[in-house]
Amino acid sequence: MPPDLPAASAPVLEARDLVKTYGSLAAVDGVSLAIRPGSVTAILGPSGSGKSTLLRCLNFLVVPDSGTVLLEGRPADPRHDHALDAHRARVGMVFQQFHLFPHLSIRENVALAPRVARRLPHAEADALAARQLVRVGLADKLDAYPDQLSGGQQQRAAIARALAMEPAVLLFDEPTSALDPELTGEVLAVMRQLAAERVTMVVVTHDVAFARAAASEVVFMDAGKIVEQGPPAQVLDAPLTDRARRFFATG
Amino acid sequence: MIGPDGALAPERQPALARAPWWLLVLGLAAVLLAWRLATDALWRDIASRILEGLGVTLLVTAVAFPLGLALGLVAALGLVSSKPIPRQLALLYVQVARGVPVLVWIFVVAFVLVPAGVAAAQSLGGWLAPLLGPDNALANLRPADVPMGARVVAALAFAYGAFEAETLRGGLTSLPRGQAEAARALGLSRGQALRHILLPQTFRRVLPTLGNDLVSLLKDSSLVSVLGVRDITQEARLLQSATFRYVESLTLLAFLYLALTLLVALLVRFLERRYRRHAA
Repeated sequence: MPPDLPAASAPVLEARDLVKTYGSLAAVDGVSLAIRPGSVTAILGPSGSGKSTLLRCLNFLVVPDSGTVLLEGRPADPRHDHALDAHRARVGMVFQQFHLFPHLSIRENVALAPRVARRLPHAEADALAARQLVRVGLADKLDAYPDQLSGGQQQRAAIARALAMEPAVLLFDEPTSALDPELTGEVLAVMRQLAAERVTMVVVTHDVAFARAAASEVVFMDAGKIVEQGPPAQVLDAPLTDRARRFFATG
Repeated sequence: MIGPDGALAPERQPALARAPWWLLVLGLAAVLLAWRLATDALWRDIASRILEGLGVTLLVTAVAFPLGLALGLVAALGLVSSKPIPRQLALLYVQVARGVPVLVWIFVVAFVLVPAGVAAAQSLGGWLAPLLGPDNALANLRPADVPMGARVVAALAFAYGAFEAETLRGGLTSLPRGQAEAARALGLSRGQALRHILLPQTFRRVLPTLGNDLVSLLKDSSLVSVLGVRDITQEARLLQSATFRYVESLTLLAFLYLALTLLVALLVRFLERRYRRHAA
């Protein structure tokens, strides 16, 4: 069930008029979006609609041509390395292909960024990593290496790695698309648990069922623009536009 | 060449074909040589003379290799840089260093660059005389103050740095892009991502190539003999000019290099096995 939210709370992350073009293609074409604390925003849309590019603009893995990203009310400046690193430390990201670090154990994968980027003492970072791995159900895999885990376990470890930075918001880029159906369940269960714990999440996904069950807000994108936006019951079941109706009728 | 399973070496070979015959041949030769050394005092004398240069051979290799590796790392970071100036400088270095034979580099460094550097230091010392006094160390520097051993190490490191740069560049660009993305997305700076994520994986990947380069350098360290630096090759040459014992000294010299390079190859294979796990 989508948690109900105080409508007045200030957005933790906000995009204003983001534009990103590749040649003549406008991948993101003037998008504004406000993410409220504790909300789960699902971004849906056809392939090539710009939803992944939009997500990557939010932590500047893609630098937008114009527009502003505000974190907790303050605009982030991607041109300054230090400001960029500080922004990313507060905005976690989980990738479709996990991208765990293969040369490090699972514990080291999770403890590295807190130790290096947040300068936590070794023991403290290790304890933090262990706590986050317990949270995603991998307490028994601390000393395993990524190539010894299943895809679902790897993705859960990647979620723990992002959580260990204690980010203000967590971005997911199609987190279950690389997994076979048997393994998507364990990842979605962790994400639903985080939603219940009021972790702020933005999830690019093709999984309508997940959006219906866990999202408080659904954003439907097409051709680089937000076409429709609202609670899942409205956008998924009673879309206002023809474009969204066609998409959800087939998908 | 390619088996039915697509593997380069066919999977099932008779035990007789898989046995390390090459090692047996080498072992046999070593036994013959050992027998010769045990029974012939002259061979023993020559061997002990050549071995006096072993320390220099090992020292030249052990100092030039890490220096070349450090130089290669800096150049490799330049080669993969998105900024034009570091990239162009790195390309210039790699092309220049690789475009001249190592032997010629040794001569150029020893007899052109070092004297030129000493002359520059002298004029700098003269220029700074009001500050440092007329008798300062820079003004009094003489070419003879720079030992031939140091010149040779500098030349080898300079030449090999270009090979290491290419090796490390190849390793760095072979890493999946997602590794750097994941590191940066966690808030790691460029330097932190390199140090903790990209370089450890690069070194695991290029370890076999670095091992080959180390073996090459060990062999090329014999070139230091052209400057009279007394490594094992120079000791053998001195012995030859004094005694004309070419057969004994050259046989022993060749065997000594072979033993050293096999030892290095074994060491590299040990490291490779240790780091191959989880190096994907």
